[in-house]
Amino acid sequence: MYKTISEKIISKHAGRELKAGDIAVVDVDVVMSQDGTGPLAVSQIKKMGFNKVKNPSKSIFFIDHAAPSPRSELSNSHIVLREFASQTGAVVSDVGEGVCHQILVESYTCPGDIVIGGDSHTCTSGALGAFATGMGSTDIAVGYALAKTWLMVPQTIRVNFNRRINKGVFAKDLIIYLIGKITSDGATYKALEFGGEVGNRLSMDDRFTISNMTVEAGAKTGIFPSDDITKEYLKSQRRQDCFKEISADKGAKYEKIIDIDCSVIEPMVSLPHTVDNALPVSSLEKIMVNQVFIGTCTNGRFSDLKIAADILKDKKVASGVRLIVVPASKDIYLEALKEGVLETLINSGAVVQSPGCGPCVGVHQGILGDGEVCLSTQNRNFKGRMGNPSSFIYLSSPATAALSAVKGYIADPREVLG
Amino acid sequence: MIKNKKDPKIIIGSSFKFGDDISTDLIAPGRLFHLRSNLPELAKHVLEDADPGFAKKVKPGDFVVGGRNFGLGSSREHAPLVMKIAGVGAVLAKSFARIFFRNSINVGLPVLICDTDKIDSRDILEIDLKKGIINNKTKNLKLKFNPLPEVMIKILNDGGLTSHITRNKGFNL
Repeated sequence: MYKTISEKIISKHAGRELKAGDIAVVDVDVVMSQDGTGPLAVSQIKKMGFNKVKNPSKSIFFIDHAAPSPRSELSNSHIVLREFASQTGAVVSDVGEGVCHQILVESYTCPGDIVIGGDSHTCTSGALGAFATGMGSTDIAVGYALAKTWLMVPQTIRVNFNRRINKGVFAKDLIIYLIGKITSDGATYKALEFGGEVGNRLSMDDRFTISNMTVEAGAKTGIFPSDDITKEYLKSQRRQDCFKEISADKGAKYEKIIDIDCSVIEPMVSLPHTVDNALPVSSLEKIMVNQVFIGTCTNGRFSDLKIAADILKDKKVASGVRLIVVPASKDIYLEALKEGVLETLINSGAVVQSPGCGPCVGVHQGILGDGEVCLSTQNRNFKGRMGNPSSFIYLSSPATAALSAVKGYIADPREVLG
Repeated sequence: MIKNKKDPKIIIGSSFKFGDDISTDLIAPGRLFHLRSNLPELAKHVLEDADPGFAKKVKPGDFVVGGRNFGLGSSREHAPLVMKIAGVGAVLAKSFARIFFRNSINVGLPVLICDTDKIDSRDILEIDLKKGIINNKTKNLKLKFNPLPEVMIKILNDGGLTSHITRNKGFNL
């Protein structure tokens, strides 16, 4: 039987041949949760009577959503996670280490793994050729305790990014374009599997951005095959040992194949309040912004900060605009520091905050005021997402965000990159 | 909740209608992140950003009725949990986001897929969970909902995922 990547990985972890639609209990390689979902997972583990986790070194609790903590209630939740981890040998990735999904790809996820996470953007790890999916605290609690979960093998939609990508257009624009096309539930219960001549050449940072946002189309996971680019990335993380090549069989059965001509894609924006409300920047009227946020598990990587700094060099953030920058991890923070990227950003008027989720989740570090507009490089723009249901969130690439910070309104980065 | 005395699988309540794409941010917003360790308090704000008066109006056993893609967004299980704590008897929608659907089963909140265009706010519904029939008593019409996948029925019948695991000393699906 010819298999998709999801069918291959899930079959291997179930110990039997499976195809789309089959249901199986599978072994999981990495289990994680974060400070919003971890405390409930811990109480569910205890409720089931477990006092251990099955695989401590791959059971991780990330403190990233409210880090450093802005409130005592959250500080107390952090204590719950630290105490449980110290009792069980599970790992805590504490304040300042970075966003869970970034730390997973830097240090934990290997090609061919099954990764389950108490966070919807766990699909980010799919960029490394893993089957990675988000679940709620109870499923994650079972995952911690047993290193197992149940899965239905998803149907796969193959997405080929073809032809070429224009200057000023980035992975973020490709994925916003795709979600606009297939809508916010266009891939519900399905795996998205990526390829095509553009797709196959994308850097790991670009693949992370794309896989990260697949859940915004409802997808269970978003997978890239692992290849030389994956291998080089793992080598740069001193994890080349865990590389294995994984790709779909020729003749694998797809529910649907979507071919995208990238040469027609312009810089894109998602308008409030859904990600699939997607339009090219060039079609927008002048939309003034109060805050620009560059960061998150979607676009807080070094290449994202670098392109922003290239655009902001010797320029100033427009008066009345706040530019907030949050590197996705400590390693990215240090690299950006060493390369002078942070200095450029700070000199332009940016506020650089500690690695983590930043203001994306509406908990801290940049909550919007009533009627305010934010252009963000994050992955979702639901009403209330950034802490205020009376505010408006637009989504874009870091390049669009950086130029918009200078102009004071949402601007087309081809003006400076074309 | 008004339960049919003859059959506990039949639940009766009033409907609260919402639109498409009701996100977990609308159900349990991030600005109340700190209340996740105090679920009864968080439940007082359930769906507040979609309908500010909802938590005060909802009576035990009432139904939340959405459109397409109900529960999209975050993996927060707190979303179905606080709906359950607030007394919501079931959620009806044309379709559900994957993680929300699975979380709802795990916490024991019935989630039913049906044609919700045929339900308006404040319609009185009588739902037979076993037979898969929604009787809209206000409109005097009957709707069907799809049965759950077998694996989810097993989890629900065991009383949710934690009870399933405890009872079977692991998975038994």
